Amino acid sequence: MIEISNLSKSFVTASGTVDALRNINLTIHDGDIYGIIGMSGAGKSTLVRCINMLERPTEGNVRLDGVDLGSLSKKKMQEMRHHVTMIFQSFNLLMQRNCLQNIMLPLKLTHMPKDQAVKRATELLATVGMADKAKAYPAQLSGGQQQRIAIARALATDPKVLLCDEATSALDPKTTHDILTLIREINQKLGITVIVITHQMSVVQEICNRVAILENGTVVEEGDVSEVFSNPKARATKRLVYPDMSAGIETLGTEHNQMVRLVFQGAEAATKPLLASMAMECRIAANILSATTRTLDGKVYGTMLLNIPGGPEELARAVQYLSGTGNVRVQVESEYAQQMGQTPTGEEE
Amino acid sequence: MDYFARYFSEKKIADAMVLIREDFFQATLSTLYITLMSTLFAILIGLPLGIILVTGDAKGIRPLPRWLMSILNWIINLLRSAPFIILIVLLMPFTRMMLGSAVGDGGVIVPLVIAAFPFVARLVEGSLRELNPNIIEMAQSSGANTWQTVFHVMLPESVPSLITSFTTAITTILGYTAMSGAVGGGGLGNLAIAQGQQRSNHAVLLAALVILVILVQIIQTFGTWLARKSDKRLKN
Ligand SMILES: Nc1ncnc2c1ncn2[C@@H]1O[C@H](COP(=O)(O)OP(=O)(O)O)[C@@H](O)[C@H]1O
Ligand SMILES: [Mg+2]
Repeated sequence: MIEISNLSKSFVTASGTVDALRNINLTIHDGDIYGIIGMSGAGKSTLVRCINMLERPTEGNVRLDGVDLGSLSKKKMQEMRHHVTMIFQSFNLLMQRNCLQNIMLPLKLTHMPKDQAVKRATELLATVGMADKAKAYPAQLSGGQQQRIAIARALATDPKVLLCDEATSALDPKTTHDILTLIREINQKLGITVIVITHQMSVVQEICNRVAILENGTVVEEGDVSEVFSNPKARATKRLVYPDMSAGIETLGTEHNQMVRLVFQGAEAATKPLLASMAMECRIAANILSATTRTLDGKVYGTMLLNIPGGPEELARAVQYLSGTGNVRVQVESEYAQQMGQTPTGEEE
Repeated sequence: MDYFARYFSEKKIADAMVLIREDFFQATLSTLYITLMSTLFAILIGLPLGIILVTGDAKGIRPLPRWLMSILNWIINLLRSAPFIILIVLLMPFTRMMLGSAVGDGGVIVPLVIAAFPFVARLVEGSLRELNPNIIEMAQSSGANTWQTVFHVMLPESVPSLITSFTTAITTILGYTAMSGAVGGGGLGNLAIAQGQQRSNHAVLLAALVILVILVQIIQTFGTWLARKSDKRLKN
């Protein structure tokens, strides 16, 4: 278990002090795949670097299984980093060493005898699906393959915790998916706790069970992924969950009254057939203005913004029809605007 | 025409041919020996210093006291700014003390090393600073200590760049050996000064020059080839 309490970090720079993190409190349980999401500059990298003490917290502390990592001696801290390992956005492989040698690096650092290290590294190559690349150099590999080698290297010392700082941000969607799948397998098969730093909601959605939203160095929301997704509270969370929503409102103009927001809270119904059946049964052909729905464990989460053609009567019928679907919340535009925090009654702050 | 009559008369060219046949081979070997020995010692001193310049920096992986780094930088700059010929003369007593003689092959190696190691330290510093800082961060996050970061990560990753740096060092030191001939060092420089300059035989000078140029070309070509060959960032 990782307990981060009252953690603050400020950097003193020529142009003044930067408060990168302010009073962070998080608990990450064993076996979690814990997402930390935020926009660029939110402090994500600083936070993850505080977890393995690459960055010394200005205040507060980080405990791993009850041990305050800040109190460790230099030697103990280096030992700790064999148990809390890290992968990076830019993979950071040794370019002058082949894949096997790259994976052996942490084993060399722990003075494992060479034959044993070769054996272990070879096993790990197979674990990450790169058994045929032992002698290849990183420059000969694709980004996804390089990240696999980096993951194997991070696993070499049998860590308890794997820190991933934007580990898929340099990869295309397909490769991202493959790497995330690998990380999930590692989490499940090896029982390694994973902390995933990302600016992409889709990454959190795909593999995390818990998530914290970081904005300007503070945690603005934290909880189970499904909960946070179906009912985002903080404005930063909404921006991340529904990236194109606020744009939708502004461009609507005169059709304000006819806008309906559907919130899928783990609905069994697929979105497409729902609208198709509404068109058939109510003779209302809704326009999809924006949709940010996602499927998690076979259930639909997220939101969809519909424009209902016609007058108030059509709107009422559409709302009635859509409300009859399980785990779907229906809101007409005025409530919606309120939820977005655009009126004085917005619930945050 | 006067110039040719004075420096390239038939007699002088004939003398030069004799020298080339009888002494040049030995002189070339001697130059190579001095160059390689000096480079070796300059690297033995310059490499660790270059590493310290990078790791001991305020932003390095093992910052050293400011004053220590200042002194180190100051000494290196001082030695680098002194013209080599002056350094040799100044160092003669020191050399004599160390080797019992300030002339000959051995006598010239001491001042050469002293002139070259600061240069090598700066070259090494440059090579190590080229390293991607993310790689250093990776090493630190993998639990590497300072020593391990240097030997398992920084140096291996810098090999192609270090080869290029050392090639520059050898060719520069080769140039220095020629200069050291003026003050009693052995090799081609000595031959050129003693036979070419003092006896006004420029055919000898020219021959020494040609050999030096060829040596530099060979060393540089080999160094460049080796650096490329060792660099695994290049595909194939
Ligand atoms: N070493 C540093 N020195 C000064 N400022 C820093 C340093 N590292 C990060 N920061 C600042 O802290 C803030 C958070 O940075 P970072 O943790 O890298 O954000 P993220 O990873 O979320 O993009 C930024 O404003 C950044 O400029
Ligand atoms: Mg970052």
